[in-house]
Amino acid sequence: MTISQLSVFLENKTGYLNQVLAVLAKHNINIIALTVADTSDYGILRAIVSDPQKALDALREEQFSVRIHDILSIEMDAAPGTMSHILDLFTAADICIEYVYAFSFGSKSILILRTDNQNKSIEVIKSNHLKSISEADLK
Amino acid sequence: MNDESRIKRQEARGVKKSAKLLSKESGARGYGNPVQSIKKTIWNKKVECMNKKDMHALQSERLISLVHRVYNHVPFYRKKMNEMGLKPSDIQSIDDIVKLPFTYKNDLRDNYPFNLFAVPMHDIVRVHASSGTTGKPTTVGYTKTDIENWKEVVARCLTMAGIGKEDIMQISYGYGLFTGGLGVHYGAEAVGCSVIPISGGNTRRQLQLMSDFGSTVLACTPSYALHLADALSENGYSLNDMKLKTGVFGAEPWTENMRIELEKKWGIKAHDIYGLSEIMGPGVATDCAYHAGLHIHEDHFYPEIVHPQTKESLPEGTEGELVFTTLTKEGIPLLRYNTRDLSTLNHQPCTCGRTSVRMKKITGRSDDMLIIRGVNLFPSQIEHVLLEMGETSAHYMLYVDRANNLDTLELKVELDETQLTDTIRDLQNLSRKIEQALNSAIGLHVKVTLVEPKTIARSEGKAVRVVDNRKK
Repeated sequence: MTISQLSVFLENKTGYLNQVLAVLAKHNINIIALTVADTSDYGILRAIVSDPQKALDALREEQFSVRIHDILSIEMDAAPGTMSHILDLFTAADICIEYVYAFSFGSKSILILRTDNQNKSIEVIKSNHLKSISEADLK
Repeated sequence: MNDESRIKRQEARGVKKSAKLLSKESGARGYGNPVQSIKKTIWNKKVECMNKKDMHALQSERLISLVHRVYNHVPFYRKKMNEMGLKPSDIQSIDDIVKLPFTYKNDLRDNYPFNLFAVPMHDIVRVHASSGTTGKPTTVGYTKTDIENWKEVVARCLTMAGIGKEDIMQISYGYGLFTGGLGVHYGAEAVGCSVIPISGGNTRRQLQLMSDFGSTVLACTPSYALHLADALSENGYSLNDMKLKTGVFGAEPWTENMRIELEKKWGIKAHDIYGLSEIMGPGVATDCAYHAGLHIHEDHFYPEIVHPQTKESLPEGTEGELVFTTLTKEGIPLLRYNTRDLSTLNHQPCTCGRTSVRMKKITGRSDDMLIIRGVNLFPSQIEHVLLEMGETSAHYMLYVDRANNLDTLELKVELDETQLTDTIRDLQNLSRKIEQALNSAIGLHVKVTLVEPKTIARSEGKAVRVVDNRKK
């Protein structure tokens, strides 16, 4: 139902993101999806990677602030209106979306989302027979 | 002999002799024309121009009385003196003051809130407080006589700055627990000013009333005076709209250059009013028209300069820590209170006619206390708040700057990895929570920026926690 996402604290300094990416490259970790939430002072890098635990250890080793969070992941049909339909289901259940991003993996279209109520969201996914994606699906 | 009756007699002896000296002085106070057609230039000529011998006698009598009072009524001092093998009778003149114990800011904290008071609460008519070093404020109490004396010394300061009953005085020091506003207020009323108790903040309104009411005197911190000057044009005013002629600035250290700059910007005479709540509040000393040091009202506040490390008394003219003994204070009398302000003393009579000892303008401190917009701030207070919250590491760096002549504070604090979530909002809530906690603890707005763990330099020995970028 959930997938591991890396969250890395990024100070707003030139080259800082590169440093994170260089660590992942050095350890042969593949980045499947990546997004950065930014403010004027700092940001949070969110990434789905091939080996989250290895990435966590490698980044900690290099003194980065990093954590793994389990977040919701849903496979979508590659057709217009699919994402809108899915989000409607959450709205109908009075669930607020905190952030969302989407990416393609092979032929799959994948939606990643964080809501204000993870347990209730899982209920929505189950009851509507939405297809969840796990790490194994991204190998 | 009965101990108690002896004590009472000794206390009375000090008081009686002081009263005698004072009655001499008050007899001479009605100098000049009683209708006061000539503007008063010295508020209390008898005391402010007293010869050194009489001042020595007055200070001696007052010190003897003070030592008896604190020994008999303040357990803290009785214990200290007993430990030193010191009895009140060992103090025979002001020269014996070096035998007495020092008092430090920590002692006020340790005796929070009222344990250093020398009179019962029903004799205390006012309490003021300033932020202390670790969360608890420093509390001071005043009796009716203290308030009268405070009024007297502020009146002397204002008269020294050429202020009189024809003046309209805008008091932009904060009113409330801070001693600035109320302290200056009563002295200003005593000299007969029309007082505008506007308190601090709200720049637009300050300028509006200054223009509409025709304020001739502004009392505030020097940095706020500079800020107001720079805000004139953007609020649609020019110097022509203002009748200001004098500034009474204090509550933070400022240089001679800043005084000159303020005089130029406002077209006024600027005076430095020195004080601290532990001793009284504003009005401990001020500079006369010759700006050759600040005249200390030494009949109330006896100054000494001591070596910052050894605490030995230093000779006249040598820089060291400024120490005050509150010769007349009843509410919270303090022996040899170490201000940690650095200064020198000058006993030469001044061109203005006053004989009172002068202190050099304060330019530094022997501890790490910062003065931000007139508010005392110790880096340890920040640390205390962070540790108490326990949601960040206690590694921080405080950046002090001045934007538009107002002090700004930015706190960079290392994020604790366990507080890292995947949403920005959680981090923003964390910084806001720290900002609020700091604001309620120290009364200042601090911009909090979270930084990567282990990026704030660790220093060996004494940590550098503050970067002060304010220009001189």
